[in-house]
Amino acid sequence: MAQLKSPADLDRTRQQIISRRDPAKPCITICSGTACHAYASEKTATAFVNEIERNGLKGKVDIRRTGCHGFCERGPIVVIFPEEVCYLGVKPNDIPEIISTTLVGKELVDRLLYEDSNGERVVHEGEIPFYKHQSRIVFGNNRLIDPKSIDDYIALGGYSALSKALFEMSPEEVVETVKRANLRGRGGGGFPTGKKWETTRNAPGEIKYVIVNADEGDPGAYMDRSLLEGNPHSVLEGLIIGAYAIGSHEGYVYVRQEYPLAVENLFIALNQAREYGLLGKNILGSGFNFDVTTHRGAGAFVSGESSALMTALEGKVGEPRPKYTRTAVSGIWERPSNLNNVETWATVPLIISKGADWFTSIGTAGSKGTKIFSLVGKVNNTGLVEVPMGMTLREIIYDIGGGIRQGKKFKAVQTGGPSGGCLPEGLLDIPVDFDELTKVGSMMGSGGMIVMDEDNCMVDVARYFLAFLAEESCGKCIPCREGIRQMLHILNRICDGQGQTGDIELLEELSEVVRDASLCALGTTAPNPVLSTIRYFRDEYEAHVKERRCPAGVCKALISYYIQPERCQACLRCLRECPVGAITGDKNLVHVIDQDKCTRCGTCLEVCPPRFAAVLIFSGEPVPAAPPQGTKVERTKGTQQ
Amino acid sequence: MAQKLSKIDQIIAKYQADKSTLIQMLLEIQRENRWLPKPAVARLSQRLGIPINQIYHIATFYKAFSLIPQGRHAVSVCLGTACHVRGAPRLLDRVTDSLHIEPGETSTDMKFTLSTVNCLGCCALGPVIVVDGEYHGNPSLKEIERVIASCD
Repeated sequence: MAQLKSPADLDRTRQQIISRRDPAKPCITICSGTACHAYASEKTATAFVNEIERNGLKGKVDIRRTGCHGFCERGPIVVIFPEEVCYLGVKPNDIPEIISTTLVGKELVDRLLYEDSNGERVVHEGEIPFYKHQSRIVFGNNRLIDPKSIDDYIALGGYSALSKALFEMSPEEVVETVKRANLRGRGGGGFPTGKKWETTRNAPGEIKYVIVNADEGDPGAYMDRSLLEGNPHSVLEGLIIGAYAIGSHEGYVYVRQEYPLAVENLFIALNQAREYGLLGKNILGSGFNFDVTTHRGAGAFVSGESSALMTALEGKVGEPRPKYTRTAVSGIWERPSNLNNVETWATVPLIISKGADWFTSIGTAGSKGTKIFSLVGKVNNTGLVEVPMGMTLREIIYDIGGGIRQGKKFKAVQTGGPSGGCLPEGLLDIPVDFDELTKVGSMMGSGGMIVMDEDNCMVDVARYFLAFLAEESCGKCIPCREGIRQMLHILNRICDGQGQTGDIELLEELSEVVRDASLCALGTTAPNPVLSTIRYFRDEYEAHVKERRCPAGVCKALISYYIQPERCQACLRCLRECPVGAITGDKNLVHVIDQDKCTRCGTCLEVCPPRFAAVLIFSGEPVPAAPPQGTKVERTKGTQQ
Repeated sequence: MAQKLSKIDQIIAKYQADKSTLIQMLLEIQRENRWLPKPAVARLSQRLGIPINQIYHIATFYKAFSLIPQGRHAVSVCLGTACHVRGAPRLLDRVTDSLHIEPGETSTDMKFTLSTVNCLGCCALGPVIVVDGEYHGNPSLKEIERVIASCD
């Protein structure tokens, strides 16, 4: 590939790529994001290659391994173009049928299509309710692009925003456009991106840096990974535009080494961009020079904090430092450094291409554009969703997410990762944007959205986040290191049934200190999971402390399992599976749990066949006395063993 | 050992002995050996002119590094939030019972190392256990035992 030396070169290349492609030629796209990869999508892809060869169709069908489509619940996802037939949960042994029926016979394989609640089959991806309510402006191209092919990206108009910025706009105009678009940082803080760019641009110093923060550490959130993995050039294009606007010639991508596929695809993308003259010296003949270094993070949540990340880029331990001067003015090697998150960078080319007015037409008064959320937990349709700012939590969880699994009752949704909070049912109708979520004691964060049902204990959830934060606190400042540890100690005590009167108030008091006195955002936001659960689920805390009762039946020290003698059908399942041999009984004899031996592992409840449903959880009250040894079972009709 | 040290020298050369890439070099050494042997760390310190305690500061700060040898098979249980609410603690209990080691430990026969991770980003499968790179979503007790037994 010869280097592109002008915008006309880029356009010509785009036309050549498009003209080489026959839109009528069948193309099978297979989602190869990490989640689908875990579902063995690679085996599915290989099976397609083999089957196509076996049918003598080699060269007549294209196969494309794309990035994450987002509907992880039903992966691996296969879409067959040009008809755009979408098959879900495709396994290698489905391939021969797909080839003969759909590719050759032009018929549908009904069982692999999405079936809606009325039993109607849905053929196209975009018509599936999960996708129908979304606005996939940033994430949408993932499904069309092989992330390892820069040509795929260019064919869809890739790098035209860069060309526009370099040749039709001054750096100031680019900054102005991003400011006018009111783009706010997608990494969590929601700081206005344009303003940050301007600060770095105006900061004194010749050498300036731009950085992609791909150190996505929130447990339960993976949208940045999917973008970097599935459409790395969109992030890169945004970064180069930002560098031009700011006047930077060196960039960094800080990416977690736990994301091997993202690292791999990023490396390939960087090399391809260099080969095409989109990175390096004299980009597209504009005279602008810029290149990127990648840095793999070695696994520390706190290193995602901007000053900590910059310290890590210097080769030191990634601990935060006091920010008397913003990193935008004094960052890496004390030089002006502008850091934005993956999703923020990927949004930039869209704003440059379509304009600030287009962007501000989407969203709410204070939060413009769309946001990608990772909708996970006890929801039917787990996956990545991109929605306009201002959509309500209820629409996201019920219309897109398909409601709660197994018909259970919704209890809470946790947004914002370990810095965020848990919101109850009463707040499901608030519009999701930066300001609304902060108002109710949570935050947008990077976009994790974890749905919890009636079986989740909110004290346990608060304890989970504090345990995570205690582990991840770097220990540099005392309020965070000791404060979180003490709060965790109290939460452990409450979950262990040792809660004391005044513990809840003590947690609130400690929260204030940790929030006000910690050095970085890890500490200042750490109390959020505790404060929000106390605020909305105080009754659960009180039940733990005052009644020694865990209403959700989660906290081991406060629960007992009990087999209802009138329901037990002596099927021997729990008796055989109990890891500690705490269950006695025999064929035809009611099974009984020895409470002293029982470790509360819950295996009996899990293995008891749902048609018997004999195992109950007791909390806050003693279990009924066991029936005398040798009690015979009462056979219920139709359950004869 | 001489052979191993020449490997370290290759890694240092790859990064042009640039001190700011120390973490990247450590990641490569970790990947090569599955831990950071003391002679390797000493070599890095000597060649880069970085005090050894500074290298250990980094090696103990980040989760990717291990200062003790790791077992032949890596077993990790995801404790991300989505997995947690779907019963990851119970899954972890089962795995510790099956392997007879706690998270962070390696079995005495050097066969297994058990670790916990905070989110692998395949929340749809949760709770998830990964054995030598193979993902298993919400495995039953029997499946855990089968997977463990299949490791030699």
